[in-house]
Amino acid sequence: MHQFLFLLFGAFCVGGAINLLVQKKTINSALSLIVVMGSLALIYLLLGAEFVAVVQVIIYAGAIMVLYIFVIMLLNAGAEEESKGSNVAKIFGIPGLFAGGMIGIWVLLQHRPEDKLIPIGALYGPADQVGMMLFTKYLLAFEVTSILVLIAIMGAVVLARRSNS
Amino acid sequence: MIPISWYLLLSAFLFACGVTGFLIKRNIITLFMSIELMLNGVNLSFIAFATRLGTLDGHIFVFFVMVVAAAEAAVGLAIIISVYRTRETLNVDRVNLLKL
Amino acid sequence: MTPLFQLWLVPILPLIGALTNGLLGKRFSKSAVATVALTATAASFVVACIQAAILLQSGSPALEQYYGTWIQAGNFSVNFGIYLDHLSLIMMLIVTGVGFLIHVYSVAYMEHEGGYYRFFSYLNFFMFFMLTLVLANNYLLMFVGWEGVGLASYLLIGFFFLKDSAANAGKKAFLTNRVGDFGFLIALFLLIQHFGTLHYGTLFVVQNSSLSHMPTETSAGVLTAIGLLMLVGACGKSAQIPLYVWLPDAMEGPTPVSALIHAATMVTAGVYMVCRSNAIFSRAPIALLAVAIIGTLTSFFAATIGITQTDIKRVLAYSTVSQLGYMFMAAGVAAYSASVFHLMTHAFFKALLFLGAGSVIHGIGGEQDMRKMGGLRKYMPWTFWTMLIATFAIAGIPPFAGFFSKDEILWQVFSSPHGSKIFWLMGAITAFMTSFYMFRLIFLTFTGEYRGAKPDAHSSHGSDDQGHGTPHESPWLMLAPLVLLGVLSIVGGWVGIGNRFEHFLDPVIQKVSTEQVSAQNGEAVTTPVGEGEGAAGESKSLENILMGVSVLIAFSGLALAWFLYVKRPELPEQIASSLGGVYRLVLNKYWIDELYSAVIIGPLVAFSRIVLWQTIDQKVIDGTVNESAVAARDVSQVIRQQQSGLVRSYAGWIAAGAAAVVAYMVWMGTR
Repeated sequence: MHQFLFLLFGAFCVGGAINLLVQKKTINSALSLIVVMGSLALIYLLLGAEFVAVVQVIIYAGAIMVLYIFVIMLLNAGAEEESKGSNVAKIFGIPGLFAGGMIGIWVLLQHRPEDKLIPIGALYGPADQVGMMLFTKYLLAFEVTSILVLIAIMGAVVLARRSNS
Repeated sequence: MIPISWYLLLSAFLFACGVTGFLIKRNIITLFMSIELMLNGVNLSFIAFATRLGTLDGHIFVFFVMVVAAAEAAVGLAIIISVYRTRETLNVDRVNLLKL
Repeated sequence: MTPLFQLWLVPILPLIGALTNGLLGKRFSKSAVATVALTATAASFVVACIQAAILLQSGSPALEQYYGTWIQAGNFSVNFGIYLDHLSLIMMLIVTGVGFLIHVYSVAYMEHEGGYYRFFSYLNFFMFFMLTLVLANNYLLMFVGWEGVGLASYLLIGFFFLKDSAANAGKKAFLTNRVGDFGFLIALFLLIQHFGTLHYGTLFVVQNSSLSHMPTETSAGVLTAIGLLMLVGACGKSAQIPLYVWLPDAMEGPTPVSALIHAATMVTAGVYMVCRSNAIFSRAPIALLAVAIIGTLTSFFAATIGITQTDIKRVLAYSTVSQLGYMFMAAGVAAYSASVFHLMTHAFFKALLFLGAGSVIHGIGGEQDMRKMGGLRKYMPWTFWTMLIATFAIAGIPPFAGFFSKDEILWQVFSSPHGSKIFWLMGAITAFMTSFYMFRLIFLTFTGEYRGAKPDAHSSHGSDDQGHGTPHESPWLMLAPLVLLGVLSIVGGWVGIGNRFEHFLDPVIQKVSTEQVSAQNGEAVTTPVGEGEGAAGESKSLENILMGVSVLIAFSGLALAWFLYVKRPELPEQIASSLGGVYRLVLNKYWIDELYSAVIIGPLVAFSRIVLWQTIDQKVIDGTVNESAVAARDVSQVIRQQQSGLVRSYAGWIAAGAAAVVAYMVWMGTR
């Protein structure tokens, strides 16, 4: 059961990722990214990270991707233009991908003792426990990220302003 | 019962897709979306290791990654908007004023 | 307070005068400048006289005074110090006395020239360095004075620096002096290396001790080398062959400069140096012989050129070279006293001759060519009589000063064991020529009819002076020094009567017997030598015979000159044209200047230009710098391809780098 669920949601992830690369229209790429994120949220649930899964859906898929789609619509980004592109990217990207694929297959075919089998929901990460850690062990980082968000807001407002207003 | 390596493999695959998209795509917004894909792949890797090691620190880290990703997305999209206003194009190859 | 505490004033007073006039003189009036300069020189002369009296009364051979250490380097040290013995006493008195008279003369002579304050500043500057030269107690301080007088000479020769010929003459003087200085410096280095000191007292004591005290590495070879190199230095400064070429050109400077520097004082520095180093020369017979040979050749050679010259100052310049040759000839036979005696009398009459020539030039409005003079006797009586006195002196006619000194030299050259009859013969012929051309000068200038520009409305302005039309006598400020020097030219030689002067310099001269020298050289022992020794009676009559011969020679020169230039003035031209090529050779100074230019200067300049400038400087040094810049630019051309401005190529590079790092970590992890 665990394997079936994992393979199903994994297939959704893989499919979405490949679709993102393949599509010519930007809006299609954005939508397939949303599919990837949703599938990932489900996989998080498989691993028992329920807080993170919910945050993924709300923040990532629900806020960030909506923002992307918003900008795509605003800028009317249609189909991608055809242009020459960078040779360096072609030289390094394709063999790199190939190498990555080979490593992955090699890992998959191995059985190592530290490669533990874990059941569904092996580590249960509810919100209260996560919150407890956030506010005790990682308090400083938490506060700092709030400032980071503030700066990001200010930066976004300043950058996107029209200059002659 | 699934070996951890399968989760890690999926994470690696998502990351690789992100890198490939970053290198291949010409639209700026698609470039940024590839970056988000890379971050998601890394998040999965964190959660998987957290489960493997039995602590919740990985979850916390994922939380922070998401916060940073949100901030970065906001600022990045603001930059894209202002680049679009000046250069009238979303093709990253046209934004080459720094060419020597 | 030692008796010599004031001796440092003697050189310092002119220095103060020079600095005052040099720095502030532009704002002074002419009389203020003159007052400063004259006061400095007169005060220096007075102090010098006082110090001379102190030394002579104290009866000691020398007095020395230290003023502090200059250089201290390990075992080698050099002090500031003053050494006053009989030799430097004479030099000091000559420099300050004659210098003062020439300063007085210059006040009137340079009245109409620009740069008045600059002239007196340079003159005082020269006095300071010359006094440093003669009063120093070690060779290095003497060298400071040596170089300084060369500098002052350059500044003063090129005083009219807007004239090309004057500037070139100054340059030529300085460069020729430099060649001599090079030799002198090498001699100093050898002295330091072998004796470890440059101090007169220490050096000459070391050499005075017996042979067993000498360090084993010192031999007659080293002393000969030192002597010969010092001779090179003296040739440069005292205008001997082959470095005399600057002195005739130096006549471009104002006439007081010629009188002071190129007649009385600076050119005698070489003679002074040779006499000061008599301990070295007496132990190096080869060097001594070289001195004598060069002196003789120079005096003969310059006298032949002097016969044909038409510029009044050029004649006097070659005469100076010739008389300096006499001094060197005397020093070369170890007759140092005679050499210094002639130096003293020569200072008197040569300065007088130059100042008189200046008076003549001033009086006829700047003309220097003797062919345009004549009959000036009735216009300038004072100048005529004083110059006549000086001419009698230089010709060697008794009882004037030159007779005693020149005769002493000829006698020493004849009789000294270092001398030879050939030297005497050439000296005698030179004396004849000297008498001839000097009286030729007098007759051409002062007798007959005036051949110059007639006074009329179109009389042009001379280069030295405003044109006044009629020749006229000079102001009394110029005549007074002439009269004083005239008196000195008469009485100056009388100190030499009865060989008193000879023994005056005895404390300075070391008696080195040829026994010592020969044993040093490993030769057989010969008879000892001193000065003027020998069988008393026989040499006395021989001396008198030779004295009579010199007088006869002087008078015959006078007679020949009178015959050719007063009685039959058309003869000289006929003789000149009949001699043709020989005459032209001598008239053009044996083409020596042209020879130097072609053989030495030409190749040197070409080497400088082609090898040093074009090849090394332009191609190698500039080329290296330029090529490295070009290389940097080419390399950067290649590297900047990476800055393509394309985001995606940057992304590609980042991805490649990240992949490399990951691969490395995987590899480290699997190890």
